Amino acid sequence: MTQTQQQPVLRVIDLQVTYYTDSGRVRALDGASFTLNPVEKMGLVGESGSGKSTMALAMMRMIKPPGRIEGGKVIVDDVDLTQLSDSDMRKARLSRISYIPQGAMNSLNPVLRIEAQMRDAIKAHVPEMSGSEVQQRIGEALESVDLNRNVARMYPHELSGGMKQRVCIAIGILLKPKLIIADEPTSALDVVTQRQVMETLDRVQKQLGAAIILIGHDMGLMAQFVDKVAVMYAGRLTEISTVKQMFTTPMHPYAIALIDSLPTLENKGVFKGIPGLAPALLRLPPGCAFHPRCPFAMDICRTEVPALEEKAGRLVSCHLYDKNGNRVHQPGEAVLQR
Amino acid sequence: MAPLIEFRNVTKTYTKGLLSRTATTALDDVSLQLDEAHPTIMTVAGESGSGKTTLAMLLLGFIPPSTGTILYKGKDISRMSNEERVTFRKEVQAVFQDPFAVFNPFYTVDHLLSVPIEKFKLAKSKGEARNQMEEALNAVGLRPEDILGRFPHQLSGGQRQRINVARALLLKPKLIVADEPVSMVDASLRATILESLRKLNRDYGISIIYITHDLTTAFHVANSIIVLYRGSVMEAGNVDRVIKEPQHPYTRLLIDSIPWPDLNRKWGQTEIIAREQVYGQVERGCKFTSRCPFVMDKCRQAPPPLYKINEDRVATCYLYDQQPTIAREKLSEMLPV
Repeated sequence: MTQTQQQPVLRVIDLQVTYYTDSGRVRALDGASFTLNPVEKMGLVGESGSGKSTMALAMMRMIKPPGRIEGGKVIVDDVDLTQLSDSDMRKARLSRISYIPQGAMNSLNPVLRIEAQMRDAIKAHVPEMSGSEVQQRIGEALESVDLNRNVARMYPHELSGGMKQRVCIAIGILLKPKLIIADEPTSALDVVTQRQVMETLDRVQKQLGAAIILIGHDMGLMAQFVDKVAVMYAGRLTEISTVKQMFTTPMHPYAIALIDSLPTLENKGVFKGIPGLAPALLRLPPGCAFHPRCPFAMDICRTEVPALEEKAGRLVSCHLYDKNGNRVHQPGEAVLQR
Repeated sequence: MAPLIEFRNVTKTYTKGLLSRTATTALDDVSLQLDEAHPTIMTVAGESGSGKTTLAMLLLGFIPPSTGTILYKGKDISRMSNEERVTFRKEVQAVFQDPFAVFNPFYTVDHLLSVPIEKFKLAKSKGEARNQMEEALNAVGLRPEDILGRFPHQLSGGQRQRINVARALLLKPKLIVADEPVSMVDASLRATILESLRKLNRDYGISIIYITHDLTTAFHVANSIIVLYRGSVMEAGNVDRVIKEPQHPYTRLLIDSIPWPDLNRKWGQTEIIAREQVYGQVERGCKFTSRCPFVMDKCRQAPPPLYKINEDRVATCYLYDQQPTIAREKLSEMLPV
């Protein structure tokens, strides 16, 4: 067991998801690979349709037809989830890997007490657990998210949005998973409640020693919460770096544009959007998917898809940099401005 | 000259059911004015349940106030003649939160833009209507040839929201009420929508009431801000000052909780006192008492008046009781334009 401390808790290797639609095949996730250590927090950012939620659903094996996982491995604690039988996968959800979906608070059943919904989750995984033990576990889970034990006796409508969201986190950690995936857990909450929920998630994660993947497009939340950031664009990972590297020296041109578009206290009234539009996944441009919007696009970008490679202590998929992370220069190019 | 829009001691209470006596006060004695001669962008900020959407609904005349009056150019909007009402409907426009829900998926975008032209008889010919549509789209930074003739599903959320702004602009309004216009749009596209709102204010002289819970964007677009908490004004004034040096304990908590995309500006350490279920409970004092870290005895006795903190800022808090008070009706005089 001592070894697992050093070993990554999650290894995703070349994960591929394709949707078979009437108008053709859509590569929603194209060869995603990354690792995550215990107690590490990773943010997954990108515009809508960039494949963030597809990645989460693929890791949970919850992609529905016409979508299919075409290949790759999701290894949590030395177990490849893609190889499990359906019934084993059902057991793995919540006990190895748990998922807090977007707007999770609306997923509570309005006619059942909170404790009934939490008991269901435990009974499905550990049917032999005694009634008093179940009660104990429910109470502990609620307390760990800062809720009173008697919330268990309440119905969802008696709780505020932030409390419901914390109940969902409590359900997510009932079986002490190794990996928690939170898909925009606070997008419907106001800033004060948001901070409260994120602080709860942070504390719970430390108690469990679990890794967290936080999905969202709020870079502010990422700056406050995560250790490293993965940026997605059109179904591919474009850059994975520490939060410090990402906010101070982003490398991929899309990441640069994303960081530059952020509002801060210093630049009032300056609005820098990212020019152009995200490509439709059905008609991806050849080469790097970002090249039509990229101010530094070179000839090679129009033909060859860049691989996600380690450059200067981080992972980047861009032709602009050589193996050591230095800019590749070309005659008559636009000057990289930061 | 009468102000463009004026709230006179407006209160809105909602009652549950037919016979229930528990009433929720969504907006509590709010007075404000916007001057026609000085178009401005004013933010109304607050968390969910603070009454900000109620304020928008009242402004647009969708619901009547429980007490108090709302005047548009000096006319009570609940007692307008038909002709006046048509003018009011034309000159006060709305941009709503969800850019996906306001489009009818069966029609092309042209429909959304041509209906108001037809209804308000803005154009004499089809060509003129087309010109107006193109002009409005250009003004919000869209290329008409990319947009006209398309169906809503072919456009991104950011494009759709800018079409909504263009539709409002077509009618040459005096006031636009924007209720959370960017909260459902990707962060990378928000900038373009906010930029077009500012342009409308700057180039077309349109006043904008920007309703949001996102203080980061409020800081960037607005001149002034009113912070609401459970229907009452907590703090108001110059947006730069309120966000950079918040005074009221609620505003401090709010600003402290903004997730700034800045590694040197981490979330503060202020402890959050959870908001418990307090609906329907009668409170005599300040509404923030139950969560306020600085609560004093007198806070529970009577609601604090507006204290003038400096020339462009007020706070409703007894912490500032050595400052001069200001009548609620004078709130707008403290807001920069």
